[in-house]
Amino acid sequence: MLLRHTPKEITERDALVINPAKTCQPIGAMYAALGIHGCLPHSHGSQGCCAYHRSTLTRHYKEPISAATSSFTEGASVFGGQANLIQAINNIFSVYEPEVIAVHTTCLSETIGDDLKQITIKATKDGKIPEGKHVIGASTPSYVGSHVTGFSNMVKSMAMQAEKTGTKNGKVNVIPGWVEPSDMEEIKRLAALVGVDITLFPDTSGVLNGPLSGEYHMFPEGGTTMTELKSTGDAVGTLALGEWCSADAARWLDSTHKVPCKVLDMPFGLSATDRFIDALRIAAGVTVPDEVAHERGQLVDMMSDMHQYFYNKKVALVGDPDQLIAMTEFLVSIDMCPVHIVTGTPGKKFEKRIRELTADMPFEVNVKAAGDMFLLHQWIKNDPVDLIIGNTYCKYIARDEDIPFVRWGFPILDRVGHQYFPTVGYKGGLRLLEKILMALLDRKDRDDPEETFELVL
Amino acid sequence: MATTKKKMVQWTPTDIKEELLKKYPPKVARKRAKQILINEANDNEAPEIVANVRTVPGIITMRGCTYAGCKGVILGPTRDLVNITHGPIGCGFYSWLTRRNQTDASAEGAENYMNYCFSTDMHDEDIIFGGEKKLEKAIQEAYDTFHPKSIAIFATCPVGLIGDDIHAVATKMREKFGDCNVFAFSCEGYKGVSQSAGHHIANNQIFKHVVGENDEEKAGEYKINLLGEYNIGGDGFEIDRVLKKCGITNIATFSGNSTYDQFASAHKADLNCVMCHRSINYVADMLETKFGIPWIKVNFIGAKATAKSLRKIAQYFGEKKLIDQVEAVIAEEMPSVEAVRDDVLPRTDGKTAMLFVGGSRAHHYQELFAEIGMSTLSAGYEFAHRDDYEGRQVIPNLKVDADSRNIEELEIEADPERYNPRKPEAELGKLEEAGFKFKHYDGLVTDMDKGTIIIDDLNQYEAEKLVEILKPDIFCAGIKEKFSIQKLGVPMKQLHSYDSGGPYAGFRGAKNFYKEIDRLVNSKIWGYMKAPWQENPELSATYVWE
Ligand code: SF4
Ligand code: SF4
Repeated sequence: MLLRHTPKEITERDALVINPAKTCQPIGAMYAALGIHGCLPHSHGSQGCCAYHRSTLTRHYKEPISAATSSFTEGASVFGGQANLIQAINNIFSVYEPEVIAVHTTCLSETIGDDLKQITIKATKDGKIPEGKHVIGASTPSYVGSHVTGFSNMVKSMAMQAEKTGTKNGKVNVIPGWVEPSDMEEIKRLAALVGVDITLFPDTSGVLNGPLSGEYHMFPEGGTTMTELKSTGDAVGTLALGEWCSADAARWLDSTHKVPCKVLDMPFGLSATDRFIDALRIAAGVTVPDEVAHERGQLVDMMSDMHQYFYNKKVALVGDPDQLIAMTEFLVSIDMCPVHIVTGTPGKKFEKRIRELTADMPFEVNVKAAGDMFLLHQWIKNDPVDLIIGNTYCKYIARDEDIPFVRWGFPILDRVGHQYFPTVGYKGGLRLLEKILMALLDRKDRDDPEETFELVL
Repeated sequence: MATTKKKMVQWTPTDIKEELLKKYPPKVARKRAKQILINEANDNEAPEIVANVRTVPGIITMRGCTYAGCKGVILGPTRDLVNITHGPIGCGFYSWLTRRNQTDASAEGAENYMNYCFSTDMHDEDIIFGGEKKLEKAIQEAYDTFHPKSIAIFATCPVGLIGDDIHAVATKMREKFGDCNVFAFSCEGYKGVSQSAGHHIANNQIFKHVVGENDEEKAGEYKINLLGEYNIGGDGFEIDRVLKKCGITNIATFSGNSTYDQFASAHKADLNCVMCHRSINYVADMLETKFGIPWIKVNFIGAKATAKSLRKIAQYFGEKKLIDQVEAVIAEEMPSVEAVRDDVLPRTDGKTAMLFVGGSRAHHYQELFAEIGMSTLSAGYEFAHRDDYEGRQVIPNLKVDADSRNIEELEIEADPERYNPRKPEAELGKLEEAGFKFKHYDGLVTDMDKGTIIIDDLNQYEAEKLVEILKPDIFCAGIKEKFSIQKLGVPMKQLHSYDSGGPYAGFRGAKNFYKEIDRLVNSKIWGYMKAPWQENPELSATYVWE
């Protein structure tokens, strides 16, 4: 057994986290910053954090992840990191020539109390930021929240680049939240299909799903440009997908620049996608073309065709709040039963929302924010499930307990696909159902006795 | 392709060095110039290189931190320790199962915590008011849930800053439990300049708290320890297989596939064999000073190197039985190695490699490449020190700077009861006369050809330039470098984690490596990068539809 020491009996733990269901803020900030065109993320702290974040993102995307670090040593840790950061800014603009440096802090620089804003002002005064180039920053102390918080903080810093000219640009801001590059591409496709001109930020499509062509560009074509970010203040409205990932930025634009915002769930599954399309249509004042209804119908078709395999199947879920909320709703909508749901990210609102979504389910539901995967495993031991949906680390539980497993979330370190095939929107819904069915039916084909083994399913 | 080949001839090593430095601000260029060496090594003297110094802020380095070196590298592979990271969640999360060090916990009742991640997940209130209480509670919870024989605590950056006394907490809990050795590592990421500092902190604590704890006699003949072997991709399994076949008993591996008890019994060995010089040579010294166990440098990467290392071990013990058995094993293993080599060689011969990894692999793997006719154009370490480049004779002259000063050097004395020189002076002297070298390592530089370029702490910018200019057939480094190199159309093999596959050590490992390199450098894949219309964009003729 891989996790042979995990007991079935659950005891109180409030100091020791075992098998975390979250990680730290800066990696989220780094991922968000990669969605800015021509941007080099910069980790203000010791070089280890940066190395870890780059490695994890590289393993997840199988793409180069460039990011720099202030490389603190003991001296900087005691006297503050201003000198390191200014030197880093100078070196980065000289050597790598990005358009933007997006600095995020780490536990170390936060504990010291380095003030990014003040350091950036000093760097500007010292002439270390070339004409037309930008340094933006987000405070991302990892002892608060999770990687999701860090993502949200950097997205908010992106929104804070907005400048209001007073003339509306006719576009809708869409903040997609921490979804895959493929999902961002799909959101853009859907918006174009509906006929809405959007500014998507961040946008990692074209950055983290690049081709192999014999050329390496540290700054690929993709990403939201600084010009686009500036004009978000002139948008007709903002749709924020996900309360945890995107709402802060949208609300900031609303209160500062009077760009009205609507916070929606991430568009995973039928109903959440319906609400997204509907909100898009209303924001832009357009009519939804039939192609969209056609795609929607295909998803409903598969839901009904294969309903017998979904019905009353118990599922364990682990991941990030925005994703889990949408996924729970989707599963419930096809009569699957998410019975154990864990996120490592704190927030009682999460538990409340999940309780609402699962209120009519025929089984008892365990849900925990600021939980961990050790607890999830114990829940599974006490009340087994038919399927696990979560990141790669779930495979240790899945194998020990012999449970079908669908990889979805972050990080996925042992499979590919998430870079290229979206799970948002109606088409994404089809892919999710296909993956779920594949896992369930492969298991059925493995386990059915010979006498009831069937060709047609 | 033809034009780039031509270009390659025009670049002299001096040109290349200049090109690498050209874009840097002057201060950075001056610093980097000292870490880039054009090899003019003659047989016994290596030119000087600057190593183990800080990375310049803003330069995209391959390096990680002290915590990674301590918790990730050294203690990561020990399966029956409960390793608690004291800090915010990230550090523990990223070092969870990401290094591919394998372990064999199949024995009945064996403990294995390697698949778990334990963290105190510090929050803002712990940072403000101190995290000792939470740490204490976490240790208690770990003890109550698992009853392990040992719990190790690892400090991350904020812990040092807020001044948590993790050692006091560890001592308190150790005394409280009585049956669980709780000890701690002050391995905050900002200490030192790379992972190397973390190796040192880890090894010091293992030496202080664990080595020598178990005085039970260990069965077996020809007892050795293997130092600096981390069982990535199962390397340690293969080495153990070969050792066993030879009749050599491996008491403890530091630290691949290891257990607490192996460390505790390490003083029972009669010879220490050092694989990765960088991460552990000082432990070999300490074991000699305290217990009288001599040490030699070995290398099990490469079939010939493996044979040579086995013979060296046999020569040390000096018994005919062992010498014969080692020869028999080599004779038995080599033919199948040669067969694979002969198959691969025509396709790999004359090709070129670049190696930028760790503290010894950039050296060791050159042997494997050489066995299949591939030369190394450029190499360097990520976190090594000057002695790993130039040889151990430079150790007395190494500068102690502010960053090395904060890594504790243990004062070791001979153990009053257990110190026992394994061989009389005269016998050691005789061995040395016969050319046998103890405590000896010549480093990487003298093994590399004249005119090759040796670069310490290579960074992303220099890597890209080097590859563009020299167009190696394969580039070896770590995960962070992998895909930027491959985008250039050059296959990249990770030599920290091996990507996938392995083992590459020992005889079977050599075969695996030959095949793997053949697969990489001769893959069809690299030929698909351009579409036909990109290769021939001119419309030279039009179809005539009939
Ligand atoms: S916080 Fe410090 S210990 Fe943790 S990963 Fe960063 S550098 Fe390493
Ligand atoms: S938790 Fe803090 S110290 Fe650790 S990797 Fe994340 S930012 Fe660095």
